[in-house]
Amino acid sequence: MCRLFSITSEEPLSPMVAFEALDVMREGHDGSGVGLFLRDLGGPFEDMKDAPILSGIFTENGLKRLDAFMMNLGFMTKYKLPIKVSKTPPAGVPKRDIYLIRAYEYPEEWDGLDQLELHNRLVNIRLQLREMGRAEGDMMVFSFWPDVIMIKEIGEPLKVAQHLKLDRKDIQARVIMAQGRQNTNYAINLYACHPFFLQGFSTMTNGENTAFIPVRDYLQSRGFPGYTGYQSDSEVFTHILHYTLERLGLGIEAYKHIITPLQDADIAMHPDAKLLQQLKQSCRRLIIDGPNCVIGCLPDHTLFMVQDRKKLRPGVVGGRPGRYAFSSEICGLDAAIPDRDKTLDFQPMHLDTAIVGPNRQEVAVCRQTSPLPLPR
Amino acid sequence: MPSNIPITPSTLSVKDLPWQIDWNKDKCTLCGQCTAVCPVQAIELGVFRKRALDMSPGFTKPPESTMQIYYGIRQKTDPAYICVGCAMCNLVCPNGAITPCSSDEADKLVFHRDRGGLPRSRGGRRNVAGTVLDQIKFIRISMLTDPALDAGRHEFEIRTLLGRVLPPEENLKFIRQNGWIPPVREIYPLMIGGMSFGALSPNMWEGIQMGVAYLNEEMGMPVRISTGEGGCPPRLLRSRFLKYVILQIASGYFGWDEIIHALPEMKEDPCAIEIKYGQGAKPGDGGLLMWYKVNRLIAAIRGVPIGVSLPSPPTHQTQYSIEESVAKMIQSMAMAWGFRVPVYPKISGTSTALAVLNNLTRNPFAGGLGIDGEDGGTGAAYNISMNHMGYPIASNIRDAYLGLVTAGMQNEIPLIAGGGIGKSGNLAANAAALIMLGASGIQIGKYIMQAAAGCLGSESDRCNICNIGQCPKGITSQDPRLYRRLDPEQVAQRVVDVFLSFDTELKKIIAPLGRSTSLPVGMSDALGINDYHISERLSINYVV
Repeated sequence: MCRLFSITSEEPLSPMVAFEALDVMREGHDGSGVGLFLRDLGGPFEDMKDAPILSGIFTENGLKRLDAFMMNLGFMTKYKLPIKVSKTPPAGVPKRDIYLIRAYEYPEEWDGLDQLELHNRLVNIRLQLREMGRAEGDMMVFSFWPDVIMIKEIGEPLKVAQHLKLDRKDIQARVIMAQGRQNTNYAINLYACHPFFLQGFSTMTNGENTAFIPVRDYLQSRGFPGYTGYQSDSEVFTHILHYTLERLGLGIEAYKHIITPLQDADIAMHPDAKLLQQLKQSCRRLIIDGPNCVIGCLPDHTLFMVQDRKKLRPGVVGGRPGRYAFSSEICGLDAAIPDRDKTLDFQPMHLDTAIVGPNRQEVAVCRQTSPLPLPR
Repeated sequence: MPSNIPITPSTLSVKDLPWQIDWNKDKCTLCGQCTAVCPVQAIELGVFRKRALDMSPGFTKPPESTMQIYYGIRQKTDPAYICVGCAMCNLVCPNGAITPCSSDEADKLVFHRDRGGLPRSRGGRRNVAGTVLDQIKFIRISMLTDPALDAGRHEFEIRTLLGRVLPPEENLKFIRQNGWIPPVREIYPLMIGGMSFGALSPNMWEGIQMGVAYLNEEMGMPVRISTGEGGCPPRLLRSRFLKYVILQIASGYFGWDEIIHALPEMKEDPCAIEIKYGQGAKPGDGGLLMWYKVNRLIAAIRGVPIGVSLPSPPTHQTQYSIEESVAKMIQSMAMAWGFRVPVYPKISGTSTALAVLNNLTRNPFAGGLGIDGEDGGTGAAYNISMNHMGYPIASNIRDAYLGLVTAGMQNEIPLIAGGGIGKSGNLAANAAALIMLGASGIQIGKYIMQAAAGCLGSESDRCNICNIGQCPKGITSQDPRLYRRLDPEQVAQRVVDVFLSFDTELKKIIAPLGRSTSLPVGMSDALGINDYHISERLSINYVV
C-alpha cells in the first residue's frame, strides 16, 4: 500500500511540504518510487502560465535527441529550470544525467489552433517522446503541459528531494500531489510511479485495482491515443477521470458514479435514477472494484479524494480556508497543516467525494446519493 | 429359447453390450419390479432350465441326473432392447439384487445401431467426459497487498446485462435528446437455457418455472429461463411470470402462433427474445422432437398434428444472408414488442462465430449473442452430430470477446456462453472461468435436469434416451405414467437449491480475487492453466 499526500494553497508552497508529510508516513512506502506533481506554479513559472513545460529524465544523448526533435517541430526553449545533483546519489537512487524541467514557446504555426487540437498535439508529442525513449532507453517523459511539473524517481522520498535539492525558491506551486510508492506486483518502473497525468487531469491511488485488465482493455479500445501506458494498474483512474469529464462531459460529482456505482436499490431512490442506471450500464467496464482511495486534480486546480465502494483504504482531508490537504494518514496532515481545526478533519467514506475547489475556501462533500448537476 | 441360437451378423452376446445386468439369484424376490420399470424392456422374466445331479451319500442308489427350473432375469441382446445402464432396476429392487455394470471392453453394439439404415439418435451430451474449463484455475488471489473479501459477509452485486448497451457517449446523447435507448435487462448471470415444453415433461417444466419464480420473488435473484423451441403454455404467456422468461423462436416456429395471439393479452413483456440459429449439441441441425413425445397437449401448444416427428429445419427458411434477413428478423421481433424487449441470436459454437459477431456489431437492434459449445445437451439428436460436430466453448467465447475488445464493443454486445457448463459437476468454477474469459452470462440446461430432477444421463453413454419419451425419471417424457414420478414442487425446491449454492460458490471464487462490485467479465489475469498451448490459445496465464 502506498502513501499519498496532496495540498492546495493560496500561497505557493515548496514541494518539501509534501516530502515532509510523506516522511512522517514512511511506514507506508518502501523507497521503490516517489512521484511529485506541481501545478498552479509560483516562482519563475508564474509569468508563463500558457507555456507547455516538459518534465522528464534524460541521458546526455537523450537530451540531444530531444532538442533535435523539438527544434524540428518548431518549439523554442523559453525557460530551463536547472537541477544540479551531486555526483553520488544516495543509496537506492539511480544515477541520472539530467532531470529536465523546461518551458517551451509554441511553434508559430500552432497559433490559432483550437484548444482541443492543441491539447491532442501536446499528448501526441509526449507519447512520441516516450516511445523514442523506450526504444533507446535515453529519455523518460512524465508530462508536457502548461503550468505542470512532474518529477518521478526511485528512492526514499525525502532523500530524493534532498538529492534533487528541491528546497529552493524557484520551485513552488499552489497545488502539490506526491506519492511514496510501496511496490506491489508490478516491476519497479518510473512510469509506474503515481501521480499519473493526462491532458490536465492527474490522479494518484492507494491500493490495487482488481479490475485492472478489463478496465485497461476498455480504455485502450476507446480510440484515444492518450489511453496507453498502464505500467501501473492505477493509471486507469486518471484516464477514467479524463474520459468522464472530457469525453462524457460530466462533472467531478459523476466520477464516483462511473468507477464505483451505487447498488440498484440505492439508484432506484436517487433523484437522477434514470441517468445513473444508464451510466452504470454503459460504463460498466469502467467499474474499478477497489479497494482504492483516489486523490486527483482537475484542470481548474480542483483537488478531490474519492473512496471506492469497499472503503478499505485510509484517506483524510483537513485544513483551513486558503490551505487544505488530502493525506493517507492524519499524521501527514498534522505535519503539513498543524494549525487547523482538527475537529473538522473529514475521512471520506464509501459514498463520498471530497472536493476542494479552486478558491480553496472549504471542503465540499458530495455524497453519491445526492442529486447530480446536469450534464454539461 | 432354442438351444441352437441362430447366428446373424447382428447377433450379440451380453458380453458384447455396453451394459451388462448383474443379477443375484440369492437376493432376488422375484417381485418383478425391475422388469416393470425398465424403460427399454432390456430385461425380462427368464425361465431357466438347469440340470441337477442327485448323488446320495453311501451309494444306496446310483447317481441320477434330473432337470430343474428356476426363475430369474434374462437380459435381451437384440439391439432394439439394449440396456441403457439407467439402473432404475437397481433403484426399485427391494433387495439390491440387480444392477447394470459397465462393460470392461469396447462394446460391439456400436456397430449395429443402424438397423433399417437409421443411424442412432439419442439425448444427452457428447460422450466425452471433462472439459478444458475444468482445468482452469483462479490464480489471482488477493493477498496482503489488497485484501481478499469475505464471501459470506461482504456485499456483492452479481448481475449481468442482457441487451444492447450503448457506448457511453451515445447513451448520454440519447438521454439528452430523449432518443431510443435499447432495452437492457439486469439479470443473474446464470440462466436456464432453452429446453422446450415437449422436450421436457409438463411436471419438469412447471417445476423449473416455479423454482425460477421463487428465486425472483422470494430470494431477490433475477434468474431467467429460456423456453426453448416449443412455445409457452398460454397461461404463462398471460401471467406476470412472463417477465422471467426468454421466449425462443427457432426455425420450426413451433408455438409462435400461440405467442403472437397472446401478445395483446400479455400483462408483462418477456425478458427477451432468443432467436435460435443453432445448438451446441447438434450444430447445423434443427430441433428434433420425435413422434413418441408429440401428444395432444404438445401438439396443441405447438400447433401441429398429434404423433408426428417434429424436425425443425437446420436454418430459418426466410434466411438468405446474415446482413439482411437476420437483421430483419431481429428487428421484426423487436418491433413486435414495441422495441421494449431485447432480441438476441443464439448460435452453435463454430469457427464462423466471429463473422456472425462482426455482423451483429453493426446491427443496432442485436441485444447479445448466445454461443452454445460442443458439449451442449439435447433431448434428441443424431449421435454423429452430438459426438463429432461443434466447437469448444472456451476458445470460441474467448475469440468472440477479444474480437469485441478489438472493436471496442466489449460492453455493448453481451456474450452468453453455453454448452457443457458444469458437465463434471463444477458449475460455479466453469461459469466463473467463462465469465473471466469474456462471457457476460452463462446458460445451463442438462445440469438443471441432473441437479434439479435427478437425470441419470452421463457422458459414459448412460441412459441418454430423452428422445424416445421413456425417461425413467419422468423428466423428458410426455407419458403421465412416467412424469407423475416427478413432483414439480420438489423440482422447484431443487432449482432454488442449485442457484443458491451456485451463488455461494461463485462468491467463493470472486471474493478471493477481490471482486464484489461488478461481475469480473474478461478478468483474464485471474485465470491460469497448466497446459502451455491452451494458455497461449486462450491468452491466459500458464502456471505449473
